[in-house]
Amino acid sequence: MSTTLLRSFIFRSALRASASASSRKAGLAGTTFVRGKATLPDLPYDYGALEPAISGKIMELHHSKHHNTYVTSFNNATEQMAEARQKEDIQTQIALQPLINFHGGGHINHTLFWENLAPTSQGGGEPPTGGLSKAINDSYGSLDAMKEKFNAALAGIQGSGWAWLVQDTQTGNVIIKTYANQDPVVGQFRPLLGIDAWEHAYYLQYQNRKAEYFNAVWDVINWKAAEKRFK
Amino acid sequence: MQGATYSLPPLPYAYNALEPHISAQIMELHHSKHHQTYITNLNAALKSQQEAIQTADIPTQVSLQPGIKFNAGGHINHSLFWQNLCPANSSDAKPSSAPKLVEKIKATWGDETKFREAFKTALLGIQGSGWGWLVKVEGGKEDRLVIMTTKDQDPVVGKGEIPVFGVDMWEHAYYLQYLNGKAAYVENIWNVINWKTAEERYLGSRADAFKVLKASM
Repeated sequence: MSTTLLRSFIFRSALRASASASSRKAGLAGTTFVRGKATLPDLPYDYGALEPAISGKIMELHHSKHHNTYVTSFNNATEQMAEARQKEDIQTQIALQPLINFHGGGHINHTLFWENLAPTSQGGGEPPTGGLSKAINDSYGSLDAMKEKFNAALAGIQGSGWAWLVQDTQTGNVIIKTYANQDPVVGQFRPLLGIDAWEHAYYLQYQNRKAEYFNAVWDVINWKAAEKRFK
Repeated sequence: MQGATYSLPPLPYAYNALEPHISAQIMELHHSKHHQTYITNLNAALKSQQEAIQTADIPTQVSLQPGIKFNAGGHINHSLFWQNLCPANSSDAKPSSAPKLVEKIKATWGDETKFREAFKTALLGIQGSGWGWLVKVEGGKEDRLVIMTTKDQDPVVGKGEIPVFGVDMWEHAYYLQYLNGKAAYVENIWNVINWKTAEERYLGSRADAFKVLKASM
């Protein structure tokens, strides 16, 4: 993952991993783990900056409440995971995995999402250039054709989830993929651009007319962020 | 062969009848837009399925199945949900309207409070969209009560399973009023549970529970 916002989080995770490894080596059973915590990243723009595509009220709740809950719950789950590891309690470690996937995924997804949005005054909606533009044209013919397929993918999500433009790390191709709930883009695929299709991402403004949200959100897509993620 | 066409069952109360626990705006959108969309998409999918059956087009038949499950599930779940809600000032909204069911709840969870706690924990534990249900499971030495959560619009249709009442945990069910405070929605929904309907479903068969669906064909 190559985003600036996530970098500090990853760095702290790495610190934590080395800290817990050294405490295991030292055999310090019963000591509190020295570990960093995930924190809510600041938005790189004001809550109202994406209007009229996304209302200020949605942005504020989405960032300060929803994202923050994922951060808090992820920290709780990793704390419990650390305790379970120390006690060598494998059942609890397994039981915690769905929570780590869900809340950790929620943290990763929203962090990437805020970064791949931008007000029109800061380049939101300006089409991609260079290698990413070429890769999109190679896969989909044109940017508009890709958007149409992306919107169809968003509309086809049954329940809560996300649609992503991802890069296949094996072939280098860009592909549209949907993920359920907060499942993050990990493994074979590299996230380039995500759009949140949870109802909380649009309901206060668009209610059941989600197709209108899917059309409008392209006005505030930060393709520069996607270009940086593209390799 | 002519396939079934479903239509939106009317609400058994006015859109504002569940206020202040569920706002009229939520009820109107939820019933007239969301539920209607499941029915429209279900009818379209069933029509395509009929055509695929007539032309022995098996790949199309298979590819239609997730859409049928999702939209039929949405129709089933919402139809059951409207019926298992009622205005808070109705006598049906009191657990005393469900003597046999409450007896079984107490026998299963100890008391009503413990049951509500367990139900709340299940509802708040759903990761994404879904439903929480109290379900009667037939078979074995005697019928059992269980709390189930289902994802997205998966309906409760397993062998021997009879849905007693359900709570919609999709964000569209509460967001306009409760925003991210879904725990308050889960708390307040108890004021508008229709215990009379719950008792009837608990004492009845699956066909009884699903009669509202037959009526919408």
